[in-house]
Amino acid sequence: MNFQTTIGLEVHVELKTKSKIFSPSPVEFGDDPNANTNVIDWGYPGVLPTPNKGVVEYGMRAALALHANINQHMHFDRKNYFYPDNPKAYQVSQSDTPLAQNGWIEIDVNGTKKKIGIEEMHIEEDAGKNTHNPNGYSYVDLNRQGTPLIEIVSKPDIASPEEAYAYLDTLRQRIQFTGVSDVKMEEGSMRVDVNISIRPFGVDKFGTKTELKNLNSFNYVRKGLEYEEQRQQKVLLAGGEIQQETRRFDETTGETILMRVKEGADDYRYFPEPDIPDVVVADEWLEQIKADMPEMPEQRRERYVGELGLTDYDAMVLTQTKEMSDFFEAAVAAGADAKLTSNYLQGDVNAYLNDNHIDLQDTKLTPANLASMIKLQMDGTISSKMAKKVFKAVTDGEDPASYVKEHGLVQLSDPAQLQPIIDEILDNNAQSIEDFKNGKDRAVGFLVGQIMKQTHGQANPKVVNKLLMASLNAR
Amino acid sequence: MSQSYESITDLHHALVNKDVSATEITKATLADIHDHEDALNAYVTVNDEGALAQAAKVDEAGVDAGNLFSGVPVAFKDNLTTNGLLTTASSKILENFTPIYDADVVTRLQNAGAITIGKTNLDEFAMGASTETSYYGTSHNPWDVTKVPGGSSGGSAATVAARDVLASLGSDTGGSIRQPAAFNGIVGLKPTYGRVSRWGLIAFASSLDQIGPMTTNVTDAAAMMNVIAGRDDRDATSSTKAVPDYVAGLTGDIKGLKIGVPREFLGDGIDAGVKAQIKAAIKQLEDLGATVDEVSLPHSTHGIQAYYILGPSEASSNLQRFDGIRYGYRTQNAKNLDELYIKTRSEGFGDEVKRRIMLGTFALSAGAYDAFFMKAAKIRTLIIEDFNRVFKDYDVIVGPTAPTPAFGIGEETKDPMTMYMNDMLTVPANLAGLPAISVPAGLVDGLPVGLQVIGKAFDEEHVLNTAYAFEQHTNFHTLKPTMNEGGRA
Amino acid sequence: MTVEPISRVEVEHVASLAKLSLTDEQAQKFTTQLDEIITMIEGLDEVDTDNVKPTTNMADATAILREDVAVNAHQKDALLNEAPETEDGFIKVPAIIDESEDA
Ligand SMILES: [Mg+2]
Ligand SMILES: [Zn+2]
Repeated sequence: MNFQTTIGLEVHVELKTKSKIFSPSPVEFGDDPNANTNVIDWGYPGVLPTPNKGVVEYGMRAALALHANINQHMHFDRKNYFYPDNPKAYQVSQSDTPLAQNGWIEIDVNGTKKKIGIEEMHIEEDAGKNTHNPNGYSYVDLNRQGTPLIEIVSKPDIASPEEAYAYLDTLRQRIQFTGVSDVKMEEGSMRVDVNISIRPFGVDKFGTKTELKNLNSFNYVRKGLEYEEQRQQKVLLAGGEIQQETRRFDETTGETILMRVKEGADDYRYFPEPDIPDVVVADEWLEQIKADMPEMPEQRRERYVGELGLTDYDAMVLTQTKEMSDFFEAAVAAGADAKLTSNYLQGDVNAYLNDNHIDLQDTKLTPANLASMIKLQMDGTISSKMAKKVFKAVTDGEDPASYVKEHGLVQLSDPAQLQPIIDEILDNNAQSIEDFKNGKDRAVGFLVGQIMKQTHGQANPKVVNKLLMASLNAR
Repeated sequence: MSQSYESITDLHHALVNKDVSATEITKATLADIHDHEDALNAYVTVNDEGALAQAAKVDEAGVDAGNLFSGVPVAFKDNLTTNGLLTTASSKILENFTPIYDADVVTRLQNAGAITIGKTNLDEFAMGASTETSYYGTSHNPWDVTKVPGGSSGGSAATVAARDVLASLGSDTGGSIRQPAAFNGIVGLKPTYGRVSRWGLIAFASSLDQIGPMTTNVTDAAAMMNVIAGRDDRDATSSTKAVPDYVAGLTGDIKGLKIGVPREFLGDGIDAGVKAQIKAAIKQLEDLGATVDEVSLPHSTHGIQAYYILGPSEASSNLQRFDGIRYGYRTQNAKNLDELYIKTRSEGFGDEVKRRIMLGTFALSAGAYDAFFMKAAKIRTLIIEDFNRVFKDYDVIVGPTAPTPAFGIGEETKDPMTMYMNDMLTVPANLAGLPAISVPAGLVDGLPVGLQVIGKAFDEEHVLNTAYAFEQHTNFHTLKPTMNEGGRA
Repeated sequence: MTVEPISRVEVEHVASLAKLSLTDEQAQKFTTQLDEIITMIEGLDEVDTDNVKPTTNMADATAILREDVAVNAHQKDALLNEAPETEDGFIKVPAIIDESEDA
């Protein structure tokens, strides 16, 4: 029996507004526990929520990046459940009227493109953080409570773990380009809940789905889904039934382990939030946000190919992350050659980031320094070989021009200076001239080597080659 | 307060003329409160030290002649948060809760120089019509201490009726200002939803709750509204509409005023004595030049049903935050988190609160939501439409505030259904968010009766002026209780 | 709507959603009382509400959105001071057995 797979993804993304969604407390991480909280965040009696304009605006930007229709008249709803990180015992969310609906993004799996639908995207508040301690207690920090979230729910269009991976990657990329979030799974600004079901081909009714937890990277999402897909097939082929259950992905074994079987749906008793009036997005506001929308990756790619003459491949790699793309554009704007910049970013820069397990924005690299180095190379001041040395300095945050000067790395390109050196070496190597005349090309290489040695590697190889050939032919 | 001042204006003149100092009036007020507390139990907390400190400040700075409330003692219902002063909502679950923020109304009154004299008793979380569900004991009606003062703002009503203070604040979710005002022979106004900020009001039902004044006369209620009404950015549902000068609007002239009397408000279930007083009151309004017609609010009879779904639904959610984790009461014997929740809440809440949480949780639960919560929310729309229809042709609607005068303590607590019917006449104005006042309309068997005037949204002016015109031509508001058993007789 | 009388089991389910425990006596009393109230409420059935929009918010205007400006109230110490049990700036609670809810 052959099966088809249906995967559903619910993605939570933290928005980096300055203040919380319903209280003016700062949205900041890494501070002392509870330092960024007030009576509203603690759900004190008598306090009330005030909706943040920035959250609606950021939410709309994200929705536009997902080609979704924005609900211009919406309200909030309460989702009721008890938990220590949920101070009011209800989360203010949207269920009836999500900020946006019916979006899509296009994914590319090994060259095959596919549109994945987005059911809806709503705004809501994040909960605080519980830390469980083996001493029998849990510790609650409400700093994160009230941080704005968008929740993005996919349509049942994702048919394989590969597609799920591509969907997450594309989603992350597009949201990142809107500038509303860092979208980093490692830092918790992007969180993914997945469910998966399988059914025999030809059967219309979806199979029973299981939910997977503890998927802390895109890779784990893919691996967890792959495992779960296989497991469900085995169960069905053995004549068993899939239970509606939540399973935990084990990073060390790559397996999923049963956490709990779901008995019916949770009863969150959703109802419209009476403390917040309806939110209306005026046409002018929506138009303004559309007009101010940052370029999306595909727009940048088009520009890189059309205006900067890069290949499709280069443009695709450069727009993988907004940081890289922004860095590239700033370097080009500073006068660096686009192709050379692209090569450096994909080559030396990328290798440097990988070797040091570091993100671009956490390095001392700046577009200005990289551009200045590339320009030195472009105008022949330094050779590509010297550039390797200079690049090392650039990673240390040094200014390439001063570094080159200090270390005397200036390339010797002046024929008036080079010609006497070449003449002298030819005078001392009659045998090589003889070999050259007899058609032995190796002789040229030897002579160039001698010249480079004589100039401590600073001679411009191109100029040397030209002068040397002329001199040889003249003898 | 030595019963010597008939109104806030009287007291204000005495303060400005230095006939009495803020400290003297505060001391006298505190003495009266303590004298009456055994009989009335109107307070959860009396703010002896704090009030005297505030009074001393007023005296030091000098009474502000331009500010009616400068040096005037005011009592706050104990579901309004007061910075540094115990706030319990009459619940065990908040027996140790000291807020670090003032309710917006408290801030406004204190900025106007008012003295916070204490926190008045209420039905636990304002859930009740008799102040009998308070964890801190039943309050008593000063007209007859064997009777309830009504509720849930029973303490606020009793202390004003006893003339301990001239003004208090109450909150009204289904009649909790108007019904106790009626039972105590005082004036109580529930403003339009959104007219007064709810910041610092411990929520019962967010879409129904409003804070309002309880005073001995209409002018004082208008004066208090001048202080507490207006937009507060911390309450997103508070209105930005301009606030008129409510005192200036009291002309006493109601010639040509169009009054509608809903036939549903004088039907079965209304005590005969109450009916007679209200009919006489309506006649009085007619004599003053108003035109009176019978009208119909056909869906108002379903108000109580809709109210007992919507109120508890919102309450069940609003009261979930009382979990023993961040503030308030926490059980001593929880082994794990679930036990902490269940024991804290089961030990901390009284029966009436539990009953309403259960009812609301049920109404919102998966199988019941459409048939209960949604149905009630639609009935609410029909009730609003009924009012809109009548208000096309009429300026105000009048009728009784409560179906009976104050009932005996313990008489109705046995049966929640009878108790709930008390709200029948007051609930429609909450469901529609309309301003409504109760003004003294005489006595039945020695117990006060209230005339209710309901107005259009944000038209407190007509409501107050109708009540004022009535008050000016009657002496009911000057009658005072004896604070004895069996009342005045 | 001819709704079944509310059962003791239902009452106990609702109590568990609301994190309340009922004594035997309470459960019995609440079952009767809730049933009585629900029966009263069922009178709403006779009202035709087809095509009627629900009213769930009473604000007189749509929301005025707050500008995105951060203000730290510096209430941390006062808040922790009010909490029944704290440690090192955290609110302390007995062990949580279940996994965290989804946000
Ligand atoms: Mg007392
Ligand atoms: Zn969510």
